[in-house]
Amino acid sequence: MAEHGTMRVKSGLAEMLKGGVIMDVTDSSQARIAEEAGAVAVMALERVPADIRAEGGVARMADPTKIVEIQEAVTIPVMAKARIGHFVEAQILEALEVDYIDESEVLTPADEQHHIDKWGFRVPFVCGCRNLGEALRRIGEGAAMIRTKGEAGTGDIVNAVRHMRAVFGEIRRLRGLAEDELYTEAKGLQAPLELVRWVAAEGRLPVVTFTAGGIATPADAALCMQLGADGVFVGSGIFKSADPMSRAKAIVEATTHYSDPEILARVSTGLGEPMRGLDAAALPPEELLETRGW
Amino acid sequence: MRATLRIGVLAVQGNFREHAAVLRLLGADVAEVRKPEELEGLDGLVIPGGESTAIQRLVDVYGLDEPLTRFQGPLFGTCAGMILLGRDHLGLLDVAVARNAFGRQVASFEADVELEGDDVPLTGVFIRAPRVAEAGPEVDVLGRLRGEPVLVRQGRILAASFHPELTADTRVHERFLQLVREEGHVRA
Repeated sequence: MAEHGTMRVKSGLAEMLKGGVIMDVTDSSQARIAEEAGAVAVMALERVPADIRAEGGVARMADPTKIVEIQEAVTIPVMAKARIGHFVEAQILEALEVDYIDESEVLTPADEQHHIDKWGFRVPFVCGCRNLGEALRRIGEGAAMIRTKGEAGTGDIVNAVRHMRAVFGEIRRLRGLAEDELYTEAKGLQAPLELVRWVAAEGRLPVVTFTAGGIATPADAALCMQLGADGVFVGSGIFKSADPMSRAKAIVEATTHYSDPEILARVSTGLGEPMRGLDAAALPPEELLETRGW
Repeated sequence: MRATLRIGVLAVQGNFREHAAVLRLLGADVAEVRKPEELEGLDGLVIPGGESTAIQRLVDVYGLDEPLTRFQGPLFGTCAGMILLGRDHLGLLDVAVARNAFGRQVASFEADVELEGDDVPLTGVFIRAPRVAEAGPEVDVLGRLRGEPVLVRQGRILAASFHPELTADTRVHERFLQLVREEGHVRA
């Protein structure tokens, strides 16, 4: 009688996370700080993106010990990352009952052509995108939530802004097209025609759309919300800063009150040093994470 | 009483846009509420689903606890909203609510809910849903899932452990607006 794992149930959890902040955490004490600060979910990781970037090597799914430790520490949803195309890591994460799987470019891809067929899973997936075509390909594969990619581990918001402008701008452009122009449009976007039609009619993606990659300050979070994001992922930006609890709380408040400059001014005050950061534009192409995914 | 009902939706975090869309479809004038002063002049208020710990914290930080307790109009809470209305938080609904009581997301589901006084069941979407662990004597059960209460009412308070705003079926919101109209007459 009860139906599990329907698209409505999978995307429904993302609906409940809207207007919220999802924080990367690497142990139970960070997870508790995130929960206390008002995070709507945590992403369980062994290393935050800034450390993955600094240390190099192959980045894989976290050790299940780490994920279970974090699941036991908090009552909010726990997400975890699988490598692009690594459907066995996803099977393991589903067996661990994580609440969402992030098929993530932050980890080293396992397949250079194919993403995970996400329809076969009961657990929902979130996937990254840089533009509308990429978002719709992921939704076509069964993603129940989308996040723009940005450039993880930099603390530089510029790529996140570029990706949001691309996705939301392309949606606005689609709305103005005639019905008979959508076939060629779908070909150009390399996206399923039915999804292109849906977006042209509704003026939004069919699933919740967060922003990730480079958010380091309350102002960054509010910028993403004003540009049209449903919520934000903060990776390295919190636990690579001088005072994670204060910064986490401030980013949560800025995400709720994103259009109230007086509140934004107050919560931006006296947070101590943000993460040092990297100029994303100065990164050599082979070090970019955003170009992973097809 | 005004012809058009003015309904607030607590918009600090969660699924407030979908509630607002259903209420507008049913003819209400909808206002988003993030700060205490935004409760002024409302005929009723919806507390949506979301993450209850996040919503509770934002309610605390912006001093909404007390104004919500003092709010005289009808209130409708779904999922996290039910948790907030319950004994352990605002205490407006005499119900002990157990959080995430069906399990993690892989256990989330949709299933038929039997509505009191209606032969047609309603599809209930249950997302990491809470359970009514215990209800006081003044609480009426308006909807059941396999016999267990999932839609309850106590006077002007209505609460659901599922998400009527995620389906196209507007019957639960219609009941809430009916409650708002009745209470408006009583108070006027």
